Amino acid sequence: MDRKHILVALVQDRPGVLNRIASMLRRRNFNIESIAVGHIEQPGLSRMTIVVEGDDANIEQVRKQLDKVIEVIRIADITGESPVAREMAMIKVKATPSTRSEIIQIVDIFRANIVDVAPDSLILVVTGTSDKVDTLIELLRGFGIREMSRTGTIALPRGGPGPLTIEENKPLRHVVEQAAPEEENLPDW
Amino acid sequence: MIKTGAEILCECLIKEGVEVIFGFPGGVLLPLYDTIPRYPQLRHILVRHEQGAAHAADAYARVTGKMGVCLATSGPGATNLVTGIANAYLDSVPLLAITGQVPTHFIGKDAFQEIDITGITVPITKYNQLVLDINDLAKAVREASYVAQVGRPGPVLLDIPRDVFQARIEFNYSDKVDLPGFKPKLFGHPAQIKKAADLVNSAERPVIIAGHGINISKAFPELKELAENAQIPVVTTFLGIGCFHESHVLSYGWLGMHGMGYANKAVHNADLLLAVGMRFDDRATGGVSTFAPHARVVHIDVDAAEIGKNIAVDVPIVGDLRNVLQVLNKQIERREHIGWLSQLDEWRSQHPAMEIRHHEDILPQYIIRQIHEATRGDTIIVTGVGQAQMWAAQYFYYDRPNSFVSSGGLGTMGFELPGAIGAKVGCPQETVWCIAGDGGFQMTVQELATMVQEDLDINIAVFNNGWLGMVRQWQELIYNKRYFGTQLYNPDFVKIAEAYGIKGVKVSKKIDVRPAIHKAMEHKGPFLIEFIVEPEENVYPFVPPGKTIVEFLEMPNPAASVKK
Repeated sequence: MDRKHILVALVQDRPGVLNRIASMLRRRNFNIESIAVGHIEQPGLSRMTIVVEGDDANIEQVRKQLDKVIEVIRIADITGESPVAREMAMIKVKATPSTRSEIIQIVDIFRANIVDVAPDSLILVVTGTSDKVDTLIELLRGFGIREMSRTGTIALPRGGPGPLTIEENKPLRHVVEQAAPEEENLPDW
Repeated sequence: MIKTGAEILCECLIKEGVEVIFGFPGGVLLPLYDTIPRYPQLRHILVRHEQGAAHAADAYARVTGKMGVCLATSGPGATNLVTGIANAYLDSVPLLAITGQVPTHFIGKDAFQEIDITGITVPITKYNQLVLDINDLAKAVREASYVAQVGRPGPVLLDIPRDVFQARIEFNYSDKVDLPGFKPKLFGHPAQIKKAADLVNSAERPVIIAGHGINISKAFPELKELAENAQIPVVTTFLGIGCFHESHVLSYGWLGMHGMGYANKAVHNADLLLAVGMRFDDRATGGVSTFAPHARVVHIDVDAAEIGKNIAVDVPIVGDLRNVLQVLNKQIERREHIGWLSQLDEWRSQHPAMEIRHHEDILPQYIIRQIHEATRGDTIIVTGVGQAQMWAAQYFYYDRPNSFVSSGGLGTMGFELPGAIGAKVGCPQETVWCIAGDGGFQMTVQELATMVQEDLDINIAVFNNGWLGMVRQWQELIYNKRYFGTQLYNPDFVKIAEAYGIKGVKVSKKIDVRPAIHKAMEHKGPFLIEFIVEPEENVYPFVPPGKTIVEFLEMPNPAASVKK
């Protein structure tokens, strides 16, 4: 069954990384919802959050194909770990003296912020789940949206160390250079 | 020592064990071409088209097991490599492509002969890099060579601007590789191997499908041990041909669209498939939904992304085949499978695909069989793509690994001539036969000059049927004989050979086939035979696209067959 999956990847900051990843997704005909990239606490590394739609087998293919990209150090599908996932949107909406207070009420309900006020419009910023942002946009549509800009989703798994957590004094990636002992609990492949 | 970028590149290539570079010069490569002669360890072979350089390096890598290197200038030189790089990508060949680039200050300015070759080759390389700083050059060569050869091999590309060749630095070589994102898994998971062993030990109708991975991993003895101990029949993929002796009693040919009928039947009826080093290509599986409906599948491959890509797998094992099979073999019980093997033998007698029917004119199959007899199988066969390729795969018995060199995944017509050059350069002691169709031969015909210039003793068989045969065959069988765009006006191939300074003969009578083959082999240096063959001969068996692999069409009128 097709559903949205959130993949997170730790990648090396090298020229062309985004191109390589986008190229892989396009070439294998995977359906990208969004990609968000930014630096992390460790220099030289970035984190990508990729939202793709597909069935479980399809998404496992995406994960494995992206893992083959040399600059991808680690990649994980964190959909099943009910991660905290957020995106942000900036919306410039028409505001007349008669509609302004109604817009401000909606903004309050959605815990959005008004960051710019002009005589005939407002710019507001909202962060939240994809659904929340969608709902707000639908509500504001009636007032007239002049322009808007929306980021892709970024996400972190809840609680203790996640699949992308960098631990001190440990290699960035588990090195499999010799046969693992039988009892060791490794993933299936 | 202070060295130039060109010197550093040459020295790094030598450190990587490179002995041969197939290349073609150009403006931005001049500093490098001014340097290569100072390193006599590096043999430069001048091709006539960059595609030839890539194919030659590709074939060189296949027959030697070493990384092949090709070199091209910026712009058109680089784009001419693309087909060859894609060919190596689809067949998992370790190939290092080096391209010159315009000087760094011109990059992005659409300068003369500037093209973004790293951008173009992203989808067809395992790794590529534009080296903008001479300080990164040695590391880039080391990392590219490492990535090309470790894990599942593949092509890599380094794009080097002219000013990087000319810059000078104090050079200290380091063989360190810093690629935290590249950690191929070379050893299989023990619990998965145990599960696979249990399945093998309890299977009634097991079949091994051995692919190109056996060649790459050199897991020949391990495969043989597995097959013999548990008495499991071995079917190979098209690129797996030769990885298991075809004269072995447990060998049941190769599967797929033009594979042996009995091989397809064996796979279709198996209750266990041990797929080793293969990737369930659609030409091998036929219709995927009905592929091997009764079989559980153990898939062993070094590339995790291949597992579950095309076929659902019961036991996945990721690792180098040699390592995995060594562990697996220790857990395999001796078995007999007498009933199953006799069933396979019965199918083999019912579908004797490899018989050659009696015919007055020259059948292409007959030529292949005559080459086999003349060489006693002791030769490297390099093919193009199409009917001649299929006949070469079907009618020759391959008993040595890497003795069959062919473009499998990409299906590149024109691979044959430069491929034969690469094979001969890689294995100068071996006899090399280039099996060409009249279509593919003309795609890279200019490499005849390379053969002469390098004095390469290559035997070329051109099958002249006046058609793009494989396409004509499909038009005949699937498009109701509506032939279009497939009939060829052909030149006199012997005269073409002569123009290049190559001896050749035209053979149009069956009785002249054997003498011509012997004459070619006795001749030192390249020799071309143009065979005028039966024009409308088809390749059988033939699984029409999308059909289950047991729904193959066989040669019509089998009554006319005679046992050869």
